[in-house]
This record gives sequence, structure tokens and C-alpha cells, in this order.
Amino acid sequence: MASVIASTLPSLPARAVAPRATRDPAWARWLLTAVALAFLAFFLVLPLAVVFAQALEKGAGYYAAAIREPNALASIRLTLLTVAIVVPANIAFGVAAAWAIAKFKFSGKSILTTLIDLPFAVSPVIAGLIYVLVFGAQGWFGPWLIAHDLRVIFAVPGIVLATAFVTCPFVARELIPLMQAQGTDEECSAVTLGANGWQTFWRVTLPNIKWGLFYGVILCNARAMGEFGAVSVVSGHIRGETNTMPLHVEILYNEYNIVGAFAVASLLALLALATLVLKSVVEWRQSGVR
Amino acid sequence: MSIEAHGILKKFGAFTALAGVDLHVPQGKLVAVLGPSGSGKTTLLRIIAGLEFPDPGSGRILFHGDDVTDVPAGRRRVGFVFQHYALFRHMSVIENVAFGLRVRRRRERPSPAMILERAHRLLELVQLDGLAGRFPSQLSGGQRQRVALARALAVEPKVLLLDEPFGALDARVRKELRRWLRRFHDDIQLTTIFVTHDQEEALEIADEVVIMNQGRVEQVGTPQQVYDKPATPFVYQFLGNVNVLRAPALAVARRPDGRVVENVPEGQIYVRPHDIELTPHDAGGSGLSAIVRHLHAAGPHARLLLEQVQTREQVEVEISRSELSDLNLRVNDLVRMRLRQAHSFDEDYAI
Repeated sequence: MASVIASTLPSLPARAVAPRATRDPAWARWLLTAVALAFLAFFLVLPLAVVFAQALEKGAGYYAAAIREPNALASIRLTLLTVAIVVPANIAFGVAAAWAIAKFKFSGKSILTTLIDLPFAVSPVIAGLIYVLVFGAQGWFGPWLIAHDLRVIFAVPGIVLATAFVTCPFVARELIPLMQAQGTDEECSAVTLGANGWQTFWRVTLPNIKWGLFYGVILCNARAMGEFGAVSVVSGHIRGETNTMPLHVEILYNEYNIVGAFAVASLLALLALATLVLKSVVEWRQSGVR
Repeated sequence: MSIEAHGILKKFGAFTALAGVDLHVPQGKLVAVLGPSGSGKTTLLRIIAGLEFPDPGSGRILFHGDDVTDVPAGRRRVGFVFQHYALFRHMSVIENVAFGLRVRRRRERPSPAMILERAHRLLELVQLDGLAGRFPSQLSGGQRQRVALARALAVEPKVLLLDEPFGALDARVRKELRRWLRRFHDDIQLTTIFVTHDQEEALEIADEVVIMNQGRVEQVGTPQQVYDKPATPFVYQFLGNVNVLRAPALAVARRPDGRVVENVPEGQIYVRPHDIELTPHDAGGSGLSAIVRHLHAAGPHARLLLEQVQTREQVEVEISRSELSDLNLRVNDLVRMRLRQAHSFDEDYAI
């Protein structure tokens, strides 16, 4: 077709063949590209560079010391503990919810689907407050918890709960459309071939969703480590005990310990970069499989 | 193994998929369940397989006389082939075929070497042994279909159930594959039910055809029986082309026994396009007058669209091309038609 057009437009052969998008004048293309790159540099690369520059401002030794400081180590440990609890719980919930929603018919399905999205709609601060109102000293279960000497708010359980609430949609949201698109035929044929429910899940369903699941886990992990608002409300900011990494960064910063703050922040930034790389790898894998 | 279904009812919310279906498939037969979409044929097949269950208390499924209504799908020993094959996309062809053996309980499971050997033998049976290492996405539609069949046969099923087995294939492959399925069935002699909406397919390869409409069985019979003696107007219209004419237009008719009927009772007359004979329109001839409205002579037969003079009804007629050249017809010519074999659901006539 292109050659036909070209032959009827002898004065403009090259332009008729070339796709429309590349026909814009050179200055326009350069300008648009420059604007996009400048924006990226200013809002993404520059801040990232500043984080590392500030962290290493007084040398690598100072940087290492800032991270090895007991309260910083405690915050890293707490963050890792939270992630270690929240991510597996989220995988279990997400897979179960997506399996139920995508593969079965039941009443109340649309309500469940909407509820899963609730944490995205609610501000994290509100999410934190909900737990304070439920488990705090003046809350519904407060007196009972105090009587049994259990601490939820201003303690690790509260942090885990708040993080779990905020991250709960990640895995399910990733899997539901994928599983719906795959339908139930493969599961049905596994069943007619004699597989039980467990075998069907492990041998047929899970292999089909593994990359989607991995993607959901990466996103969930990133959010669980970085969550600030909800955790800030329930944590109580007790140094060395209930401070996660983002909270620790804030405290150091407010104390004008710039190097310490940016040293811990650089760890979070590194995590973000690692997440982005993993995410690209998964996307590349997925497009290769399809 | 014979299959029986008695009084199967199935509703999905307000929609009645099956309104009391009875079915009997004798041992070793190839039976087609034929019907338009929404007639409940796939639901019936899934109920026989155990993938769906009839409404509580409504009916029973018997395999070889044993009640299997409450037996789960995995223990019914049925081979089920899905319309879109439902191959496991992350497994190679050979692993797909081996799946049914690999998931068996340890006591009943053959050794890994035996499983592979059996899977290879099944792939040979469906003429695909060279493709064992491929993945489903690397196969053509017809090849996937045969892998699905081999996979279903791996568990040594007592019955084979095929849901629109050729529905997703192009016309030429479909024709080849359905003849292949017929020969294949003759070789393995497994009681087989296949669901289809393609009447040509059902009439060509089935021993017996079950015609369904709106959740009910309309007629059961051999392909010849259902084509020549349709039990209901629906079957008449569903199996091949048919003209539906108003009876009063016919005036005088002869019954198959030769007796002449003066006043054909009011109602509708069904006649197939190739059961109409055309004669030149000269004075004194018998039959109904019609005007040629459209001529279509490409293909093995000539197809004409006539308009009956008396009632202005459109009639489709199919005659051989030599008959057409003998008649020397052109558009807007007058012609007489005689209905060799017409059918009303009260009596049969020739007019």
C-alpha cells in the first residue's frame, strides 16, 4: 500500500512512506524528548542522586557507622520482620481471594472485589487510626488487651496489622484479571483426569499464575518496606523498638542528623531500584512466554 | 459402557438449561448431541462428566447401570475433550498426555518410565509422536485437538465426551478430522458422545443423533431417520434447508398411500428445496405456478428463488444444472412446481 501511495505522490516519495509520527520537524522531536528527559532528571534522578550524595557526604566510614548504629539496625530488623510476616500472609490471602473470585460463582462476589480495593481508596493515616480505635487503650478491645497484658498499638503487632491492611490489594489485584482471563477449562480438565484439588492447584493453576504472583509479591514487598502513614500512627515512635526504617529516617532528619537519615534512606532507595529491576525482568519474562 | 441420563433438570438462576432430559447411549456407539447454542447440550455433557451437577433431586446419571450421579468427576473414568482443548500451557505435549497418570495415587501409579512409554504410545495413536517435546502454543489447532484426545485417553476412560470437538478449526481441517474421528472410533470402540451445532458434522459421522432445543430432547434417531422423518418442526428446520409454506395454497394433495385429499387442513407444510420438481408452465400442467426471482447456478447444484403466484410466498428450489438447462429458465419466467415430498405435522403429502 505504501508503495502505491508513494508512486502517486512523486514529489514526496520519502515522506509518504515514512510513518506519520516521524514526520514532525526535527526541532519538535528534540524538544519533546528533551522536556521528557529533563523532567525525569529533575524529579527522579536528581533526588536519587541527592540521597546517595548526602549519605556519603562525610565518607564511607561515616555511612557505615550510621547504618551500624543500634537504633538503625533495630529499625532495619523491624522492617524485615514486618515484611517477613506481611508478604507471606498477603500471598496466602491474595491467591485465595483471586482463586475464589476468578474460578467460582457465588453471591457477594462483587462486594468482595470492591472490598479488596478499599485500602487503595482509604488514606493510610485513616487505616492506622482504625487500628488505634479498635485496639488502642480507649478502643473497643483496649481494656481487654490491657487486662491480659497484650500490646497491639505502639507495638509490633500494630505495625504488622497496619502494613498488612495497606498492602492487602497488591497480590489479589495482580492475579484476579490474570486468572479470569485464563478461565477454568484447564482446572476442569485436570479434574476429569483424576487430579484432586491440591494437585490441580499446584500443578495447573500455580504454574500458570507464577509470574503474575511474583510481580504482585514484588510490589507488595516494596510497599510493605516503605509504608509510612499507617505505621506512623500505630507505632508510637519508640526508638529501637517500634521504629521501622521510614520512621527512623524521619526521626533522624528531624534531629538534623542529615547523614544518618540519608544513609538509612539510601537503603530504601536501593530496595526501590532492586524492585524496579526485578519488575522489568518479570515483565520481560512474561512477554517472552506469551 | 452404556450411558443413561434420567430426568435431568438444571437451572442457572432464572435460566433453564435443561428441562428434564432423558438420554440413552448404548455401549460402543458414537452419538452426536446436536442443537443450537443455548440448547443445553454442553451442560448435559458436563453433567455426564461430573463437572456440573443436576439440580438436587432432579435426575440420575447411570454408567453401565450404576448410579454415578454423586460420583465426582475424577472417579467417573470419563475422557473429556474441551472445545478450546484446555491443554496445560506450561507443559510439553508429552507431559500433557502423562498428566492423568502422574496424578494417580502412589499405589495405582505406573513407574515414571512406564508413564512416558504409555504417553508416547498414545501420541503414536493420534499420529503426533514427533511433537512430544513441543508446547501447546507451538501446535496447530488440529494438532492440539488430537493432543487433548490423547490426554483424555491416557486415563483409560470408559466413555469419551467431546465438547464441540471441531468447533474452533477451519473448515478443511474440520472435515478431515471428523472422518479421522469416525475411523478412530471404529478402531477403539469406546462409547463416545460429542456435542456439536453443525448438523452436517453430526449427520456424517454419528451412529445416532440426539437433537436438543431449549433444554429438551426433540428427537433421537439415526442420521437417516432424523433427516427423512423429522419429529418436530424444529428438527425439520434445523436439519438442512426447508421451505415453510401455508397449506391452503396447496389445495389438492396425494397421501403416500395414493389417496387424494381434496382440502388439505390449514397449517404449515414443510418441503426441502431438493424435493421440489419444476416443469415448464404450459396450459393443462399440474402443480403450483411460480415466478423465477433469482437464479444461482454456480456450484454443483442450481439454486432458484421462486415466488409463488397465488400466495407470494418465497420458495427456495434446488435442481441439477442439467435440469436447469433443459428448462431454459430466466429470471421472471413462469414455471410450475410439484412438491415431491412435503410434510405437515399431521400427515405426509405429495403435491
